[in-house]
Amino acid sequence: MAGIKLDTLTKSYGDTQVLHHIDAEIEDGEFVVIVGPSGCGKSTLLRMVAGLESVTSGNVHIGDKRVNDLEPADRDIAMVFQNYALYPHMSVRDNMAYGLKIRKLSKAEIDRRVNEAAEILEIGQYLDRKPRQLSGGQRQRVAMGRAIVRDPQVFLFDEPLSNLDAKLRVQMRLEIRKLQKRLGVTSIFVTHDQVEAMTLGDRLMVLNGGYVEQFGTPIELYERPASIFVAGFIGSPSMNFLSGAANAGQVTLSNGTTIATGSTASGEVLLGVRPEHLKPEENGPFKMTIEMLEHLGGVTLLHGVLDGTDTQIVASLNGITDHQVGDQVSFAAKQSHLHLFDAKSEKRIEE
Amino acid sequence: MLKRVHFPASILPYLLVAPQVIVTLIFFIWPASQAVYQSFLIEDAFGLSTEFVWFENFTYLWDDSHYRSSFGRTIFFSACVAFLSMAFALILAGFADRVIRGSTVYRTLLIWPYAVAPVLAGALFLFMFNPTIGIFPFILEKIGYGWNHYLNGGQAMFLVIIAAAWKQVAYNFLFYLAAMQSIPRSITEAAAIDGAGPIRRFATIIFPLISPTTFFLLVINATYAFFETFGIIHAVTQGGPANSTTTLVYKVYNDGFVGLDLGGSAAQSVILMILVIGMTVIQFRFIEKRVQY
Amino acid sequence: MVENRPFLAILSHLILILGVAMVALPVWITFVGASHEAERMLQTPIPMWPGDQFFVNLKQTFWGSGLTGTSIAPVWMMMFNSLLMALMIAFGKIAISLLSAFAIVYFKFPFRMGFFWMIFITLMLPVEVRILPTFEVVADLGMLNSYWGLTIPLIASATATFMFRQVFLTIPDEMLESARIDGAGPMRFFWDILIPLSRTNIAALFVILFIYGWNQYLWPLLITTDADMSTIVVSIKQMLEAAEQSPEWNIIMMIALLAMVPPIFVVIAMQKLFVQGLTETDK
Repeated sequence: MAGIKLDTLTKSYGDTQVLHHIDAEIEDGEFVVIVGPSGCGKSTLLRMVAGLESVTSGNVHIGDKRVNDLEPADRDIAMVFQNYALYPHMSVRDNMAYGLKIRKLSKAEIDRRVNEAAEILEIGQYLDRKPRQLSGGQRQRVAMGRAIVRDPQVFLFDEPLSNLDAKLRVQMRLEIRKLQKRLGVTSIFVTHDQVEAMTLGDRLMVLNGGYVEQFGTPIELYERPASIFVAGFIGSPSMNFLSGAANAGQVTLSNGTTIATGSTASGEVLLGVRPEHLKPEENGPFKMTIEMLEHLGGVTLLHGVLDGTDTQIVASLNGITDHQVGDQVSFAAKQSHLHLFDAKSEKRIEE
Repeated sequence: MLKRVHFPASILPYLLVAPQVIVTLIFFIWPASQAVYQSFLIEDAFGLSTEFVWFENFTYLWDDSHYRSSFGRTIFFSACVAFLSMAFALILAGFADRVIRGSTVYRTLLIWPYAVAPVLAGALFLFMFNPTIGIFPFILEKIGYGWNHYLNGGQAMFLVIIAAAWKQVAYNFLFYLAAMQSIPRSITEAAAIDGAGPIRRFATIIFPLISPTTFFLLVINATYAFFETFGIIHAVTQGGPANSTTTLVYKVYNDGFVGLDLGGSAAQSVILMILVIGMTVIQFRFIEKRVQY
Repeated sequence: MVENRPFLAILSHLILILGVAMVALPVWITFVGASHEAERMLQTPIPMWPGDQFFVNLKQTFWGSGLTGTSIAPVWMMMFNSLLMALMIAFGKIAISLLSAFAIVYFKFPFRMGFFWMIFITLMLPVEVRILPTFEVVADLGMLNSYWGLTIPLIASATATFMFRQVFLTIPDEMLESARIDGAGPMRFFWDILIPLSRTNIAALFVILFIYGWNQYLWPLLITTDADMSTIVVSIKQMLEAAEQSPEWNIIMMIALLAMVPPIFVVIAMQKLFVQGLTETDK
């Protein structure tokens, strides 16, 4: 088993730099999710760890070894691809055994490993089928099995769940999590789905435009987002952002309302507050007129515009409420649930 | 063009392309450049000395009425072969597209002539049109028409044209049928609801929609008639009578191997190469367009 | 079809049957000709219905050497030559095209595009337009009257290379990535993954190339002067010339039949692959 160390890693295609100085240390056995919008460089980063993309500058270490110049096969990794990349002309058994055959393991050892992996993944009865005879979920398991039999130091997952339907995705997500805990193999998982990221990862690396926005636990990301990007990306519905001016422990919104924040910051800021942290309170500082209601059952979303401004705002209330379109509602939020971001740098202002 | 990930550079890719490249160099590029080189030379009657004469071989060809008429003849021959085989194939494909059951059976029954070598097609037609025992001269004589393609140049040309066209029907039929079957049913149904009868539908909907195929086949058939019909002519008429069926390719062969006129044959080769290059360019231009469909 | 008029359906079938009959007529006459005695073939009108001599003629032709008075190899030997030539051309073209397409698609190396264009140029240089100099090269290399001389100059193939290139480009990149992670080197990937994934394309191309090879005429005509090296397709021309002295048309027609049956059989037996091959190579 081994950890992974990324040391000022960059990647350029010609003059275009797609990854900027990525530094990260991933502990042995840790499950790290790289999350970000499409085109942020997350897959490229994963593929650099795999050895499928060359490193422009910086270093990748797996365990104590610098692996920059090693072939993918020599890095002791296994990868699960988005489209599974199963060899269509080979049976499930041969798909799983292929890498082991190349490594010239004995027939008995190959059989043992394949059967063991098949048992873990409950695909024993499909071993002699071809990939096209399997359902999406079963193919996903075979792809996992192909990774497991290798007994690698690192698992790499490149959006492996995005080709599954919503229900199966939730189920496979839990299975991957359980499996990883059981096997204790260091894993990197790439996704654009923030719910997947939050539920799977021990830690999340949020990438945007080739930069690491934040690298931390799901709770940290939720409670203390380092930038507007992270704040908006993590959590659903997205955080509300209200522009205002900070001065002496309070923020004055553009409609004149002042809100105490307890922060010493001053200047142009964005005040962030999550929809689920807005609580109805008479004379609360956030006044809005409801334009639309969404009843999701467990929660009700109130959409509207902050009075005196044209800023859209969303509040999420528990249960089914009896609000009507056109109602005026006031909300308040705890001071600890308010986030302040610098309007220019878009970074979090620490208290 | 290239995969996102590729194997690292090594000597291996050179080894992989080597067989193809070596064969290409020795048997394609080198002879072709020899042809270009020889086209600038004239060899004396005894093959003892050669002289570099620039474009004299070409100007000689240009002034040679035999060559010019063989050029015109080749174009006439190709146009007739292409038109006959495509028209026949188009009609058959149009009806085969109509039959609900059995279009694959008809396809099987119509595609096999593709597998017959041109020279054999020539032999078959030669037998059918043999002036003494052939079945067609026999019938023609009954209605008062004398057939002897050994003497009559027009009849000889007719014979090589139908032999060449016969063989090519299979290919054209296959492509026409495929093109028609790829037209969505809903389009012809919509035309039928608009009140268009079968013939009108064919003329105004189906034929325009398969026009890319028509153009493609035109190029293919012209290329076939130009270059691949050597065997037919060699077997049926040997270019005669009185050069009435001598096409360009036949003339290259005849002047080079029978007449042993190296420079002249080479100059003809060069002209043919230019023609093939032109046809290939047209074909590729067209394929680019077809992709956008 | 859109209309449901039985008249139109019957008309369609009638016209198609007529078309099939017209296309089949020359071969029918050949078959009939091959099934009569030589004497019968000299009386006009020639028969339109098969006689009873087919197997007699077949036996005589297959083991003999065609017409009396000609000096050609036994027919079975010429058929063997044709078969060998067709197989060598088909396998040769497929093998070298697979390798070069593999190099061009999966490797990045200096002059890659140069090689690509060089292969492309062969498309523009059919043997018919460079007959004499190519013949000279083969003669200089001492390859006249050999199977190698008969086949190797024909095995460079731009169309086959382009077709395999197209096939390889449609194989997902992840196949290669996955194989590399599994530790497969280039040749291993080629054998274990690429070849099996292209096997129907290979088979389809094989059908087309077999016919192409079997039907070669001009090239073997030039390269083979030994009777023992002659192919069945080339021999038909000598038969037609000899017919003027000894008009044994039943034997000539039998040779013609023997020359066309193998490729026709291949087309009909492997019709699906044949159609796939034709449409793919012309893309």
